[in-house]
Amino acid sequence: MHIKQEITERHVLTLTVDNEAGTLARIAGMFTSRGYNIDSLTVADISEDHATSRITIVTRGPPPVIDQIIAQCERLVPVHKVTDLTEAGPHVERELALVKVSGVGDQRVEAMRMADIYRARVIDVTVNSFIFEITGGPDKIDTFVTLMREVGLVEVGRTGIVGLMRGSGTS
Amino acid sequence: MPEKSGAEILIDTLIEQGVDTVFGYPGGAVLPIYDALFQQKKIRHVLVRHEAGAAHAAEGYARSTGKPGVVLVTSGPGATNAVTGIADAFLDSIPLVVLTGQVATNLIGTDAFQEADTVGITRHCSKHNYLVKDPADLASTVREAFKIATKGRPGPVVIDIPKNVQVATASTDVKRPTPSRFTFAGEADYSEINRAVELLAHAKAPILYTGGGVINSGPAASVALRELAALSGAPVTSTLMGLGAYPASGDAWLGMLGMHGTYEANMAMNQCDVMVCLGARFDDRVTGRLDAFSPDSIKIHIDIDRSSINKTIRVDLPIVADVGTAMRQMIDVWKGRKYKTPVLDDWWARIAGWRAVDCLSYPGSTQEIMPQYAIERLFAATKDRSPIITTEVGQHQMWAAQHFHFDAPNKWLTSGGLGTMGYGLPAAIGAQMGHPDALVIDIAGEASIQMNIQEMGTATQYRLPVKVFILNNEWMGMVRQWQELTYESRFSESYSDSLPDFVALAEAYGWKGIRCDDPGKLDDAIAEMLAYDGPVMFDCRVHKTSNCFPMIPSGAAHTDMILHSDEVSGTMDDEAKALV
Repeated sequence: MHIKQEITERHVLTLTVDNEAGTLARIAGMFTSRGYNIDSLTVADISEDHATSRITIVTRGPPPVIDQIIAQCERLVPVHKVTDLTEAGPHVERELALVKVSGVGDQRVEAMRMADIYRARVIDVTVNSFIFEITGGPDKIDTFVTLMREVGLVEVGRTGIVGLMRGSGTS
Repeated sequence: MPEKSGAEILIDTLIEQGVDTVFGYPGGAVLPIYDALFQQKKIRHVLVRHEAGAAHAAEGYARSTGKPGVVLVTSGPGATNAVTGIADAFLDSIPLVVLTGQVATNLIGTDAFQEADTVGITRHCSKHNYLVKDPADLASTVREAFKIATKGRPGPVVIDIPKNVQVATASTDVKRPTPSRFTFAGEADYSEINRAVELLAHAKAPILYTGGGVINSGPAASVALRELAALSGAPVTSTLMGLGAYPASGDAWLGMLGMHGTYEANMAMNQCDVMVCLGARFDDRVTGRLDAFSPDSIKIHIDIDRSSINKTIRVDLPIVADVGTAMRQMIDVWKGRKYKTPVLDDWWARIAGWRAVDCLSYPGSTQEIMPQYAIERLFAATKDRSPIITTEVGQHQMWAAQHFHFDAPNKWLTSGGLGTMGYGLPAAIGAQMGHPDALVIDIAGEASIQMNIQEMGTATQYRLPVKVFILNNEWMGMVRQWQELTYESRFSESYSDSLPDFVALAEAYGWKGIRCDDPGKLDDAIAEMLAYDGPVMFDCRVHKTSNCFPMIPSGAAHTDMILHSDEVSGTMDDEAKALV
């Protein structure tokens, strides 16, 4: 007997939650305990009184599992609202990455040229290194990081995705 | 401004919430709470012998009374010992409020004596949990905990209270507003109810598949179920958790469904054209093989918990609502539209054919007590007293579900979801605390009973006349049965060796002990047990190798039921073995 793997879809979920101790552990732990995947997760307090946080989770699963993930999230007491941005319609997704490249000579020039094409900003510079700041959709960042590998990438930090619906609607 | 200690605020709030009984065990980190308990008279404390017993006793109290059960245990081992009961209550949707002591806030995270991360450990086996860091937050936390435990789909809520928070004082004047963030489903949308009624009224072969949700919804839901069954003329089956919601003596009753359910219930589920699932959750013990589960029916699912819908079985009409309220709405719509009770003679004729199989029949014996016979005689001797029955987990549990019949809700307390051996005795203690005058019987197995046998002392201490009826076949019977059916009778570690003398043990605890191994003397022995005004341990020596049938083997469809042991091959493929 072999274990069967199912075909999965990528979904971006946003959760409005109480900003209290343990909320993130409750959500992240629910994903692990029920065997769901997390590709990325971002969390930050978003309200004036610091009482509410917004969590953006990129997850993966067959459609019935995605539906179940949403239902299980909604079941948690500190979770007030769950929106599946992927299902909700047009939306924007952005991620920020810091990319450190080390090199001299031509490599350094090439890194600078490509960073310019990708509209990455230089936020730290030494004689043999740069740190670039880049924002964009996850694909853009993936390709930028791939290119930088060729010209001396030494370290990368990514925030994970945040997303909002397009237009005046809220999620 | 008047101030009170955290411990006093806790006790005051418990009393305010209507708590009259707490099951617990003291220890270092809850001494301030125990001191506050000592100085009041409104809450009775039941001292168990192990914290697992406290949690199960609270479950028994909750299931039999419909009120939340309250547990009080110390930090570290006190809390971890209670975890099985918390997980059990989580899977069976039983309202519990579990109060755990914790080391002082300044010691948390230092690996202090009897420190455990209770909130971390119980996070995914409780409906919600709290670590309270300020006595000023205690009252509002306890209030919210009771609301969360009892409303919506019930479940256990854990409140972890550091020792310094129990000692420190806070003003009792400040009325912090109780948070209202917790919301739950109530009434169903009428458009959905209308559609459900139309489907049910026009069905040719309908079935009502009911579960523990009907019991949890309260007595009115059981009344509504009976009315809906009568109006629709549909047969009724139930999960293990829902037994008693529809009376077993009712005409429409098909018996329990699922792995050890009746042939007629499972065949009717398979062949129906409209299935109304009421407060049940398509558990794997009910569905068998998913792709063969009731392939041609339109499925309506009413559940208070949205996450139960479409979890394993896709349904055609999901309704998120309290099942009792939704059934009452269905009845109102049915009557409002003046629907007649459909004539379902063909459907009932087919059911009569399945019933004629007489799937619960078993080989009789005049030499040995057959376990099914023991349950039948126990039922015959006690049914007029409307007993509360608890069970442990295993063959005896399934035989009790098959051969003991319930006409009312809250009379059948069993560990369904988690399947916790050792549940029955403490649950019986909790039920007896809630119903001092009721006849409470734990139908047990000789292996399960040993898992919380220390609670005999609790029954003695509080003079609780619980009866423990052990079907003693000297085997972990369900394990032995699966090994016989699936592993070619390689009985790996399933023999109950070195059993205690249960009669002598009973006497050692101040109980009465009775032993019987003769079917001819069984009725007299049961009468002797019932006549005794105190706790009794009944060692019923039964046929050792009986198997529990009918049975849907692991990974099989409802239509592939094994009715008798001669249909069994003794092997199973890996796909089936991998299923629980």
